[in-house]
Amino acid sequence: MWLARLSVDRWRRASTPEADSAPTALILETAHGPRITAANDAGHVAGARAGMLLADARALCPGLVAVPADPAGDLAALEKLALWAQRWAPWSALDPPDGLIVDITGAAHLLGGEEALLADVVRAFAARGLTARAALAPTAGAAWALAHYGPGGAILAPGDDPLRLLADLPVAALRLDDDVLTVLRRLGIKRLGELAGVSGAGEEDAGCEVAARDALRRRFRGRSSPAANPLLRLDQLLGKVPEPLLPVIARPMPLVQRRLAEPLRHRAPLDQVVEDLAAAMVRALEARGEGARRLELALWRVDGEVLMRRVALAAATREAAHITRLFARRLDDVEAGFGIETVQLRASWSEPLPLGQADLDAAAEEHGTALAACIDRLTVRLGPRAVTRPVPHASHLPERAQAWQPPLEPPPSRQGTLAFHARPLKLLDRPEPIAVLYASPDGLPQRFRWRGTVREVVRAEGPERIAPEWWRERSTARLRDYYRIEDACGARYWIYRLGLAGDGRGGVPGWFLQGLCA
Amino acid sequence: MPSPSSGPSCARVLARAKPEPRWRPGLAVQPFHSEIFAPAGEASGAGLALALARDALKAAGESDDLRQVLWVQDRAAIRLGGRPCLGGLPPDLRHRLIHVAAATPEDALFALEEGVRCRDLACVIGEIAGNPRALSFTASRRLSLAAERHGVRLWLVRLDAEPGLSSARMRWRVRAAPSPPPRWNAAAPGRAAWHVELFRARAHAPGEWILCDDKAGLVLAPAHAPAITTPDPVGVARPTVGRSLAARIHA
Repeated sequence: MWLARLSVDRWRRASTPEADSAPTALILETAHGPRITAANDAGHVAGARAGMLLADARALCPGLVAVPADPAGDLAALEKLALWAQRWAPWSALDPPDGLIVDITGAAHLLGGEEALLADVVRAFAARGLTARAALAPTAGAAWALAHYGPGGAILAPGDDPLRLLADLPVAALRLDDDVLTVLRRLGIKRLGELAGVSGAGEEDAGCEVAARDALRRRFRGRSSPAANPLLRLDQLLGKVPEPLLPVIARPMPLVQRRLAEPLRHRAPLDQVVEDLAAAMVRALEARGEGARRLELALWRVDGEVLMRRVALAAATREAAHITRLFARRLDDVEAGFGIETVQLRASWSEPLPLGQADLDAAAEEHGTALAACIDRLTVRLGPRAVTRPVPHASHLPERAQAWQPPLEPPPSRQGTLAFHARPLKLLDRPEPIAVLYASPDGLPQRFRWRGTVREVVRAEGPERIAPEWWRERSTARLRDYYRIEDACGARYWIYRLGLAGDGRGGVPGWFLQGLCA
Repeated sequence: MPSPSSGPSCARVLARAKPEPRWRPGLAVQPFHSEIFAPAGEASGAGLALALARDALKAAGESDDLRQVLWVQDRAAIRLGGRPCLGGLPPDLRHRLIHVAAATPEDALFALEEGVRCRDLACVIGEIAGNPRALSFTASRRLSLAAERHGVRLWLVRLDAEPGLSSARMRWRVRAAPSPPPRWNAAAPGRAAWHVELFRARAHAPGEWILCDDKAGLVLAPAHAPAITTPDPVGVARPTVGRSLAARIHA
């Protein structure tokens, strides 16, 4: 089945009917500017076509409304539809970007025959507001060709000769790449029948068919990909070559819930319920051999409000006590109102975790907690951005040369750093301006004032010049000359002069203190 | 079978073994909770804490371990002294540092306590500015007990703080000292040097030192700086001790 206008239908369902009456196009940013990926009916009438540049379409219709397209969302919606399509048969596969394939072998009689099944498909999609074209054939290739280019609701029975019936379809029905289609068009081959060497009119010539196959084989000799080889596609369509498809299998997220006989209004019973849920969740995860990375606790109140509490974990875990403790901290601000009647815990992100020896309470008391548990506790109390690990980042500017990432993520690959640049032990979040006294504007300060104290520069090393990153900053960004200095008391600092006198990028160069050396 | 929790934990036994009257770098017995009082306008506190931590890890024979180091700062400490810079850290710590930016001193104390309870951490370094109400004697006692129970060392840097009541086993006061001149450019700042004062310790007598963060680790600075002379070219004027036949005969 082909969802001919999936993206537009999705947009229409999310917007209002008035918005749909205006000419609208879904656009995608490309290297040559915004390009239209789909347009609604009014847009089609106004002249917008898929593949057009938005500027060209605006020339035809100045009032065209542009809405960003959402290919990832379309694919996710298609995956959900593939699962939903298993209502007709137990086995369905994706055909991105906008198709679904359902294997209804042995299932059609349950819905009253093949015609009734196709009618049901069209009706079900129409009820959801999706334009769909469905076709039924013995092979996936033939069904695809019929759904895209055949008459609506076409059925190819297993006994029919597909080549005779499909001979009138264009060669594009073979799911070929654009460049192969161009080659075929230049050869003057427009229909499947011409490609396969059959006329479709009746009297056939076996020699002609063999000659056509031979010609195709010689011309597309080196192509092993099916999308580039018309012969392979033709054989797939006829069922002479197997075409494996990847089925979609639903993986329901682990979910446990408790419906309570009496609404909860106090904290202590809620803690008990969460503890029970955590234990049940651990059993559910154990059965699947997984550990939770993200947990969501939903609390339904009597008045219909739903309270959500999310906890993200640094590593996959399956410890009920740990989960309970993390949620206990997040339940302090729950407003119970008239009471909570349903509590649900689900693991929206889980990862494989092999079974292992449980971390007994006594063991945790004796040997301390594991690193992942420690990070989880810190993250839940302080927030996910408070616990980080500094990692090197490709930049010369000191404040950009390190990035902060979650502590247990694998570190990014990196090159070795040059060891001859001395860096301070600590960097201030933002460089602090210092008032300096210098002998010459390009030279080193002899004395500077920082945080209200005047310090004498006794020893200095520098300058180390760091040029601005012109590919990232404006052209007026100034270079920096860094000096490592030591004052009379022995305190060591890392200071820099922003710009040069007379570099044409501002007035007198300013001095800043950026780092404190150990 | 005797329960493992009946006797004192190994950490306590270790901490009690043969005290040495005078502190020096490289002691095998190091306390689990130390406080370092440092001015906020320099990185001497963090530098000394790192140097002491590496010294303790080396003395314990754990210099090649790959456990993480937790560095906790509260917001005031970050504002005054900045965050750790990857390029300036010792190379063996660069890839195993976890930084915690706590908003309040209470959160920082919570993070420190969780840190010393974690068996997978090599050590914990904390930085708290001023004398917050949360950091009372009770809080420091909690930290001491947790650190000694779980055997994770804690160095708490107190920026611009008055030394009040605390249960830290060793309490230092540190300020930057003029660095020893480097060999090749006498006008440049050298390796880090600090003037440290141990003013409260259980096992050692109080004292003052000038410590130097040498390549090999923490060392006591020589009593007087050597006279600055022209640097000798490498390999030309090596001492002949042990190679000269004449020297051997005279000996």
